[in-house]
Amino acid sequence: MKILVAVKRVVDYNVKVRVKSDNSGVDIANVKMSMNPFDEIAVEEAVRLKEAGVATEIIVVSAGPTQCQETLRTALAIGADRAILVESNADLQPLAVAKILKALFDKEQAQIVILGKQAIDDDSNQTGQMLAALLDIPQATFASKVVIADGKANVTREVDGGLETIAVSLPAVITTDLRLNEPRYVTLPNIMKAKKKTLEIFKPEDLGVDIISRLKTLKVEEPPKRSAGVMVADVAALVEKLKNEAKVI
Amino acid sequence: MATPISLVIAEHDNQSLKAVTLNAVAAALQISPAVDVLVAGNGTDAVAQAASQIAGIRKVIQIDSPALVDQLAEPLAAQILVLAPQYSHILAPATANGKNILPRVAAKLDVAQLSDVTRVISSDTFERPIYAGNAIATVQSIDPIKVITVRTTGFDPVAATGGSAVIEKQAGDAAANNASSSSFVGRELTKSDRPELTAAKIIVSGGRGLGSGEKYQEVVVPLADALGAALGASRAAVDAGYVPNDYQVGQTGKIVAPQLYVAVGISGAIQHLAGMKDSKVIVAINKDPEAPIFSVADYGLVADLFTAVPELTKALG
Repeated sequence: MKILVAVKRVVDYNVKVRVKSDNSGVDIANVKMSMNPFDEIAVEEAVRLKEAGVATEIIVVSAGPTQCQETLRTALAIGADRAILVESNADLQPLAVAKILKALFDKEQAQIVILGKQAIDDDSNQTGQMLAALLDIPQATFASKVVIADGKANVTREVDGGLETIAVSLPAVITTDLRLNEPRYVTLPNIMKAKKKTLEIFKPEDLGVDIISRLKTLKVEEPPKRSAGVMVADVAALVEKLKNEAKVI
Repeated sequence: MATPISLVIAEHDNQSLKAVTLNAVAAALQISPAVDVLVAGNGTDAVAQAASQIAGIRKVIQIDSPALVDQLAEPLAAQILVLAPQYSHILAPATANGKNILPRVAAKLDVAQLSDVTRVISSDTFERPIYAGNAIATVQSIDPIKVITVRTTGFDPVAATGGSAVIEKQAGDAAANNASSSSFVGRELTKSDRPELTAAKIIVSGGRGLGSGEKYQEVVVPLADALGAALGASRAAVDAGYVPNDYQVGQTGKIVAPQLYVAVGISGAIQHLAGMKDSKVIVAINKDPEAPIFSVADYGLVADLFTAVPELTKALG
């Protein structure tokens, strides 16, 4: 069984981004870029499924500028078998990425697609669900446990108020939540091995995909600043402030 | 452009209407004066009845079908798609459910989705946070139908009562009912008599500073009891296994904006602040005076939480 895993190159989660002074976006020149953390969990899950004998091949895919090759190499070092980059300098929005992934899914005839539930840059949380819709196959989002058996995926999902488990027939799209697994550290020998693995490059037009942006970003601003309040000396002073000044208790 | 008409997908558990629906209706009313509410589930008479009381809405569409009872994405999205052509805007609260279902609807309509909208500028232009709330983007949609999830903390809820909208019962779409590619297996919801995190007026959250799940129970829970508060936690506390994941407040957990938010032993990572910085009053108790949480707190107390919090609990008891 083939598994397709989608990964996105994003600003590293430790970086505090700054809004550009002309309000055209956030400044990502010279900041550290990494694989979206949820996507790292997706790659790890696929590798575990391969180690368990469920999957036979893991194809990792990214869409974006040429530097995404680094992100794909990281995924190959974690244990994916080969990589595909759909190279584009355009602003690729979730619907466009879902269309690109659909084209690759059709080409590769995968049985499972695993993606992170959301990218930590645009925080959209859409691509997996959109891909499932375009393919007209079931989706299991926000997964914290995945068991594949008898042509089905039993997926435990993180929902408001707890967990729920659903069974989806394959092929299916799964999106990962934080607690699905802890991705392994990549080792130097595996980084070396990853350099020798195949990495194909396509353009969106090679796949016949429309990537036109449907959302125009008019401006990007700093959020309103919350000014720091006062420090109180002790518990008694805190209670007094909450009762008489803030009047919240 | 034709007059906008909005459809809001109600959040419910087949028995009761969830309050977050009221925030989504509030957003919808800023877009269009005509707002319909869809109650799709099974055995939802009480929910539809409650929805019909929401102030300001035009009508409630109630669709009952066994296929919809568990709110699975495939049949529910199919059902919404049947109604979609009558609307210019389709909205849902940005809950686990809304986030699961609406992108599926958007893709089927070949339109983009606007996630976590916090402000309506006009019928096609909206504000939404990006980068964990470290930037606010103003985005304009060129699509004929706008599919939107609403960050509920961005909109004050409309009144739950006072309206008297008609309830229009519709039959479930046959194809949607037959979607069987996905089935429900089970649910383990955290049992709690406390208010729900996203609806609570007061939240007490614990972080890594507590050191263990036992200490969370010993220190944080009694304070929450004294305040009648909901319980929250930082991602670090969840990752360390002190509390279940659905306690998590932050970019990747719940976004909350209570009247009072008490952060106990939470340093204040960006991703946590993204989930609570819109709270009205923030109290931080932490022994590290340099902790970033103090930069957003209205009242900060530098103290050992193991003595200060029980003392606070006692003072309030």
